[in-house]
Amino acid sequence: MLEVHIEKHLSSFTLVVDFCAHQEVMALLGASGCGKSMTLKCIAGIVKPDRGRIVLNDRILFDSERKINLTPQQRRVGYLFQQYALFPHLTVAQNIAVGYRGRDKKAKRQAVQNKIEAMRLQGLENARPGCLSGGQQQRVALARILINEPEALLLDEPFTALDSYLKWQLEMELADTLKHFGRETLFVSHNRDEVYRLCHSVCVLNDGKSEAKQSIQDMFQHPHTYAACLLSGCKNFSSIRRLNDWQAEVLDWGIMLASDRKIPEQATWIGVRSRSILLSSQKKQAQSFPCYIQRCLDDISSTILMLQPLHGQEGAALRVEIDKDKENTQNWRPGQTVYAFIPQDQIMFLQ
Amino acid sequence: MDWFPLYNSLRIAAISTVIIFFAGIAAAYYIAKIPRLLKGVLDVILTLPLVLPPTVVGYLLLRLLGPKRLVGAWLLEIFGTKMVMTWWSAIFATVVVAFPLMYRTARGSFESFDETLAYSGRTLGLSNSWIFWRVRLPVCRQGLTAGAVLAFARALGEYGATSMIAGYTPGKTATISTTVYQLWRTNEDALAMQWVLVNIGISAVVLLCVNMLEKRNGQWIRRRKERQYAGSTH
Repeated sequence: MLEVHIEKHLSSFTLVVDFCAHQEVMALLGASGCGKSMTLKCIAGIVKPDRGRIVLNDRILFDSERKINLTPQQRRVGYLFQQYALFPHLTVAQNIAVGYRGRDKKAKRQAVQNKIEAMRLQGLENARPGCLSGGQQQRVALARILINEPEALLLDEPFTALDSYLKWQLEMELADTLKHFGRETLFVSHNRDEVYRLCHSVCVLNDGKSEAKQSIQDMFQHPHTYAACLLSGCKNFSSIRRLNDWQAEVLDWGIMLASDRKIPEQATWIGVRSRSILLSSQKKQAQSFPCYIQRCLDDISSTILMLQPLHGQEGAALRVEIDKDKENTQNWRPGQTVYAFIPQDQIMFLQ
Repeated sequence: MDWFPLYNSLRIAAISTVIIFFAGIAAAYYIAKIPRLLKGVLDVILTLPLVLPPTVVGYLLLRLLGPKRLVGAWLLEIFGTKMVMTWWSAIFATVVVAFPLMYRTARGSFESFDETLAYSGRTLGLSNSWIFWRVRLPVCRQGLTAGAVLAFARALGEYGATSMIAGYTPGKTATISTTVYQLWRTNEDALAMQWVLVNIGISAVVLLCVNMLEKRNGQWIRRRKERQYAGSTH
């Protein structure tokens, strides 16, 4: 169990993070510069939070009230840095050996050898990190951390330093490594696809504030907040004014919304994914609303339309994506007027 | 030809380089950590000898270490020797004059050190002193050796402050630089020329060493950049 409740004043915002992870891979998801890496640094003990408490299993790593602040050396938290932070003057084997905690030379040599085999680094024992590819560097860094037997693992955007071909290969390897590790792992990323594939749960950081932890499926299917919905890849948002439990005014798009689900009281936004919006040339449903096609963009497997609702605010364009192989691919042209329809169950109410 | 000045110059330069090497590293490391205002003040004080005329340094040292001055008199009482006009007096002069070269080079080296290396070491349970001796110094070694070589070269060529604090006694405190001056004064041109050539030779070798170190350093950085570039274009 990794429990984190911390506050830290930074020059541009205040970091307030509050979550608890139980033997799982948890994502810290947020836009760049929202305090994700700073959170990891606080947990690892590199940066001291102003206030709060960090508990790992039965050990208190930090407690401002009881004046406990363990050094990074005492915390036993493995930290995989973005650029891996391998020691450039040591060989691969030496880099890994540095992480071994015991004193027995023979056991150490054996442990290093085991890790080299487990991470498929045979033949590179005497190479320096500068001669390795990004993927090999990551494997050495992971081997060095795992030989150290940490009680939790922090991964800071582990794939940003890699090109996309290597990334896929390494992602699958990392998934195996994490499964084998089986303890609390925090995965910092701004890439929703990586997070969806690798993590069990997710904590969204929005301007330095952490939101409630959600399971990964929940966060992508039923996000509760604007920030979470945006990070899940949703492109269309409008602020709403709630009239009663069943009705709301959609301000940006200039339409009325009648819902057959109760509209949550705290809802101030709705989000709609670009693939959920249906188009037709005639008004077929009562809830359809007319839009003007601003532009049509040809993407690899889909067509993207930018729609300006006729009664909506200027600049509040909707993004609609239509798969190319679907039969309904009419030849929409910029300048045409179409009717857009949002199925009830595709509307996400957000705070 | 009496080779004493060469021997004396080399031992003075060698001993002061050892002192400067460790003092410069310590100063560069600790001054980087202190508050900004104090850092600025100390930085100026430690760099000042680089731009002051050596005679000014020599004068200040005499004011401090002369047998009738505060520190000099005190040391005379304790050790029973004068701090000036011995062969090792020149070490005071060369240490002060050459120190800024080591200090500034080491500081530049430490500032370009990637601090995440130290962070990762600490999260791996390595002690701070282990990280300092086994990671920070080796990673910065090229800058540190370059600083030491420059300091050695400067210490070898020191004249002004040395002549004031150690004087010129043949076979006792004479260094190459003070010998050249003395020979020129006494019109022994041929001998002066010999010493000049010796000095030029040593200095050229030292500068060659610095260049080789910088070249190796440059190649290493270039290799890294090329790799990063290759990685980002895929």
